[in-house]
Amino acid sequence: MGTTIKIPVIVCIVLLTWSSGKGWAEVSWGRQQELIHLLRHDCGSCHGMTLQGGLGPALTVQALEGKPPEMLVETIDHGRPELAMPPWKGLLNREEIRWLVDLLKKGTPP
Amino acid sequence: MKRRHHLSPRRSLALLLLCGGLLQGCVPLRGVGDMGLVVERASGSVEVVETSGQTVLFRLTGLGDLSHASVVYSRDGRYAFVFGRDGGLSKVDLLSGQLVHRTLQAGNSIGGAISQDGRLVAVANYEPGGVRIFDAHTLALVADIPARGANGKLSKVVGLADAPGQRFVFSLFDADEIWLADLSDPAQPAITRFQDAGQRPYDGLISPDGRYYIAGLFGADGFSLLDLWHPEKGVRRILPEYGRGEPRQSVYKMPHLRGWAMTSSHLFLPAMGRHELLVVDRQQWREVARIPLHSQPVFAMAQPDGRQVWVNFAHPDNDTVQVIDVSTLQVIKTLRPGPGVMHMEFTPRGEQVWLSVRDEDRVDVYHTGRFERLTTLPASKPSGIFFSSRAHKIGF
Repeated sequence: MGTTIKIPVIVCIVLLTWSSGKGWAEVSWGRQQELIHLLRHDCGSCHGMTLQGGLGPALTVQALEGKPPEMLVETIDHGRPELAMPPWKGLLNREEIRWLVDLLKKGTPP
Repeated sequence: MKRRHHLSPRRSLALLLLCGGLLQGCVPLRGVGDMGLVVERASGSVEVVETSGQTVLFRLTGLGDLSHASVVYSRDGRYAFVFGRDGGLSKVDLLSGQLVHRTLQAGNSIGGAISQDGRLVAVANYEPGGVRIFDAHTLALVADIPARGANGKLSKVVGLADAPGQRFVFSLFDADEIWLADLSDPAQPAITRFQDAGQRPYDGLISPDGRYYIAGLFGADGFSLLDLWHPEKGVRRILPEYGRGEPRQSVYKMPHLRGWAMTSSHLFLPAMGRHELLVVDRQQWREVARIPLHSQPVFAMAQPDGRQVWVNFAHPDNDTVQVIDVSTLQVIKTLRPGPGVMHMEFTPRGEQVWLSVRDEDRVDVYHTGRFERLTTLPASKPSGIFFSSRAHKIGF
């Protein structure tokens, strides 16, 4: 009997941890659409609207392979001033940046 | 329906033949001087427009990835050469609204130029880094100029412009060089390379008389200047005090230099990252003023009469346009056309300015004297607007 009670509790804890870790559970659907628009048209002004690259590097799944998500989150958050990448922390919160990185890693066509 | 029955099959055939043989009989004769293209960046399409009645005449699709697309015109103004981001080079006939030729000439491109004699079209490529030259009539490849800098690597090419003397001038983003290519003999381009021409040139412009080439630098203070009347004097740095000692600013969209704003006395340059427009004396190439702006400028464009300069802005302030009075160097008007104002284009003599309002899928036409919106045209995610009057301007 003890185990049948414990399992749902553990599942809940795991789910909670996972969702807060991923963060994007908190990004609303409407905001997600805005972020996709931002990615295509504003990130796209340097990285290309289809993310194939421009003055900035490509952001395709292949191009991002092997790059740790946390590093990408940091890059978007703080920017890379020497490479003309601006920090987005004033415009995007951490959850939104994580959601974007997750989208880029999955390669969902924006 | 009834009317259709009046035409017997024989009469229909005769009419068809007449139209085929004498095309002008069906399509009214017209000039192209009041025509232009609106780029629809997300759908790979363009609208052919005319500015006298402010209407859309045709819409063409199938031009590939048109984000950051730009356009130059044949010297007769009839054909538009559209440079797509994906390396696509398309030739559009404004009169018939047809795509005449199209070639996928590279993997990633940033724009192009047309030669002084109108026979050669040059494309600046990021991938593979270099410039490719095409026959303007057939779009056949005429010459390939890989941009291999002194560092041995192929560089992304930016700021490509045509110059008098059948020349093209451009900058190497990854190699800090400016190249001058003489295409007098298209089979053998003669290249003059200027090394150490300033760190990380991100774009370039040529003065309206074709004499001066100016490259904006991302990696250093100031701008690089090349006098094409005296290339032997080399590249020199202008406005070296601009940016000196100040912390590097975040740039949400690189300024574009090509839509120059050069009046009889001054050159107006969008500052990198700052909320300012730099005003430069054209004789001394010295900064004479900085005009505070609403946000980070992207384009600064002078009206054809040179009396006002219009400026648009980077994300997230790209809903705004400001107008500067050239005689007082003051902002005299702040307009809010709508979210995502990407580009501005003046009619040939400047009574109208057309603005692309990307995020609301429309092009707005404003009166440049009264700042009133005259009309609005539907367009899908419009970005660049390019009128055929560019055909007769050096550097466009």
